[in-house]
Amino acid sequence: MKRLKIAATALAIGAVVAPAQAEDIKIGVISILEGAFASLGQDGIRGAELAVKEAGGVVDGQSIDVITMSSDASPDSAVNAARKLIEQDNVDILVGPLSGSEGIALRDLSKSYPDITFINGSSAAQDTTLRDSSENFFRFGGDGAQWMVGVGQYAYEEMGYKSVAVVAEDYSFPYTQVLGFMSEYCSAGGRVPEKFWTPIGNKDYSSVVYSIPDDVDAIFVALGGADAVNFLTQYDQAGGDKPIIGGSITIDSSILESKGPFKNLLIGAPAGTPTVSDYEGDEWIAFTALYNEAYPDGFSAPSIFAHHYYMGAKAAMLALDEVDGSLDDGQQAFRAALTDLEFVTPTGGTMRLDENRNGIIDNFVTEVYEREDGSLGTRVVKVVRDVNQVLGQDPEIFLASGPVSRDNPSCP
Amino acid sequence: MKAGFLALPLIALPFVLNDFWLTQIATRALILGITALSLSFLATYLGVVSFAQITLAGIAGYTIAYFGPNTVGVGIKLPFWVSIPAALLFSVTAGALIGYIARRSRGIYAIMITLAIGVAFFYFTRQNYAVFNGWTGFSGITAPVVAGTSLRDPSTLYFLSLATAAIAVVLVSLFARAPLGLAIQAVRDAPSRVMALGIPVTTPVVAAFAFSGLIAGGGGILNVWYQERISSFSVGLGPIIDVLIIAVIGGLRHPLGAFLGAIVFVLLDTFAVDLIDRDRFNTLIGMVLLIIVMVAPNGLQQLAADAVAKLRAKEHQSGKSARIKTNT
Repeated sequence: MKRLKIAATALAIGAVVAPAQAEDIKIGVISILEGAFASLGQDGIRGAELAVKEAGGVVDGQSIDVITMSSDASPDSAVNAARKLIEQDNVDILVGPLSGSEGIALRDLSKSYPDITFINGSSAAQDTTLRDSSENFFRFGGDGAQWMVGVGQYAYEEMGYKSVAVVAEDYSFPYTQVLGFMSEYCSAGGRVPEKFWTPIGNKDYSSVVYSIPDDVDAIFVALGGADAVNFLTQYDQAGGDKPIIGGSITIDSSILESKGPFKNLLIGAPAGTPTVSDYEGDEWIAFTALYNEAYPDGFSAPSIFAHHYYMGAKAAMLALDEVDGSLDDGQQAFRAALTDLEFVTPTGGTMRLDENRNGIIDNFVTEVYEREDGSLGTRVVKVVRDVNQVLGQDPEIFLASGPVSRDNPSCP
Repeated sequence: MKAGFLALPLIALPFVLNDFWLTQIATRALILGITALSLSFLATYLGVVSFAQITLAGIAGYTIAYFGPNTVGVGIKLPFWVSIPAALLFSVTAGALIGYIARRSRGIYAIMITLAIGVAFFYFTRQNYAVFNGWTGFSGITAPVVAGTSLRDPSTLYFLSLATAAIAVVLVSLFARAPLGLAIQAVRDAPSRVMALGIPVTTPVVAAFAFSGLIAGGGGILNVWYQERISSFSVGLGPIIDVLIIAVIGGLRHPLGAFLGAIVFVLLDTFAVDLIDRDRFNTLIGMVLLIIVMVAPNGLQQLAADAVAKLRAKEHQSGKSARIKTNT
C-alpha cells in the first residue's frame, strides 16, 4: 500500500514536471491562404517550414512547433490571426505576414505584445521598419524600394532612357517601388514627367494608355498579376511601342507565359527583384534542391515568398540556437542574438540588420530575353550587394524627404 | 426572470474566460452582433435587406479614427466626448440619407441600391487620401482612457460591448412597439394602405434607416476600438457579406438572433483552420453555414426557441400527468 502511494506520488510529480522539461518552442506563421494569393501564401509557409526542417526541428533538445494561420491580405485579418496565435496557441515567435499593409498592422500590434518576437515574412512596405519602428519587430529582408535598386541606373546608363512615365497601382507597395526606382534614376539625371496611379484590379486602362506622353523613352510599370497583363495588352492594342521597365512583381511567370501579343514590348525589359527563380549562384542551386526535395508538389523553384519566409524563420532558428533555446527574461537574449545575426542568404550575400532591424540585402537587375524556342525567360544582368534601407544615402537626408506617396518623390 | 437567466452568465464571463476568449471571441461576437442587429432590424420591421450597414458602421469608425489619436498623421484630434457623439451623428445622418435614397425600393431593388452604396463607399475610402487615408487607412487608434482605465482593456471593452448590445436590443424592442415602429411595420405590410390613410411613407422609412444607423454606428465605434485600426478593407464586400451571413444564420425574427449568429460565425472563423487542413477551412465554414440554413431556415434563434418550447411542453405534460396520478 505504502509502495503504491509512493509510486502514485512519483507519477504525480512526474506528470507535473514532465511537461516543463519537454516544453516546445512555438513559432506561429501567418500567410495568405485564401483568395487570389492562396498558392503564393502556401509557398511562404513552405519556406518557413523548410528552415525549421533544415535545423532538424529541434533546438538544444527543445522541439520546434510550427502553427500556421491564414489572413486574407487585409490588415484586420492579419491582426486577428496574430492575436489568435499569441493568446490561444501561446506562440513565442511570429513569422509573417505576406503583404505590405498587413506588415504595418503587425508592426503596430507588436508594440502591445512586448514579450513576443515578430519576424516579418515577405511584406515590403517601407514604413514597417523605417518610421515608427518597433523594438520587437524584425525584417530579414528588404522593402519595395530596396528591391528596385540597380534598375534606375541601369535604365539611364545602359538602356539610355532619358525620361520615363510611371504606371503603378495606387497603394503603399507600388509607392515604395517607385521611390526605389526614381531615387536612383533621378539622381542619375533621368526625368519622370508623368505618373499614373490606377486602382488595384482595374480593368480599363484606355485613359492611361492615351495619356502617356509621346516624348518619354520608356514606361515603368509597377503593376501585379492580372493588372499588368491587362495594361500591357491594352497598350499594345493601342499601338504603343515604348519599351517597358518592370517592378518586382510585374514580370513574373504569368506574364512571361501568357500568350499576349505584347511579347515584343517585354523583350529586353529590365526589372528589379531580390529573388530570381533560376539564378545560378551555388547557394541558390543548393536552396532550390533542398526545397524541391522537401516539397515535390511545390513550385519548380522557391518563389519570392518561400525565399523570404525562409530567411525569417532561418534567422529565428539560428538565433534560438545561439541562446540554447532560452526565451527567458522577455526574450532579451534571443533578440540580441537576432540583432547581431549574420548568415549567408540563398542568394549568396550576407544577411544582417541595420539599426531599425531591417535587412541589408542583395538585389538583382534582371532582363527578359527570348529563348530559342520563342518562349520568354529572365536572366540576371546585374547583382547589387549590400543594399540598405536608405539606399546608400545619408539616413538623415533620406528620412527628411518624407514618407512615400503619390507625389513623393518627384522629378518632372 | 428570463433576462436574468441570460444576463448572469454573460456578466460572469470575464471572471471565467481568459483574455483570448473574452476579447477575440466574446467581445468580437458582440460587436459583430450589434452591426448585424441593425441589419436584421431593417429586414424584420421594414422588410428591406440593407447591404449598407457596414458602411454606416464604417462611417462611425472612420469618424473616431479621424478625430482621435492615430499614427498616420491624418485628422484632427478631438476629445472623445466630442468624437463619439459626432460619430453617431454621422452614422445616423448617413442612415437617414440612405433611407431617403432607397425609400421607394423593396426586395431585390433595395438590395441593389444599398449594395451599390456600400461598394461605392468602399472604393471611395480606398482612393480618398485627405479624409480616409486611402488603401492604408488609419492605424494606431487607441480607445479613450476613462478614470485611469483604457476602454480597450479586455473586460472593460467586453462590458462596454455587452451594455451596448443590451441597449440596442431593448431599443429595437421598444422602437418596434412605439407608434413610429408600428407605422414602419404598416409600411412593410401594406404601403398603399398607409398612403391611403394619409400617412407619408417616406418619414417612417427614413426614420427606420436612421435608427439602424444609430445601432450600426455603435457597433462601428466599438469595432474600431477593438481592431485599433480601420481601412478600406474594414468596409469592403467581405465584411458586408459577413454581417449578412450572421443575420441570416442567427435568424431575423428576434433581436437576439443576430448575437447567436455572431457567436457561431466568430467561432467558425477562428477555429475552422485548426479543425481541418489549412487549404480547406473555408470549405468547412461554407458547409456549416449551408447546413444551418437548411436545418434552421428561420435561423438559430428560431431553432433554439422551438427546442425550448418543446421542452416546456414535455415538462408541462409530465407535470400534468404527475398531478393526475396524485389525484387518483
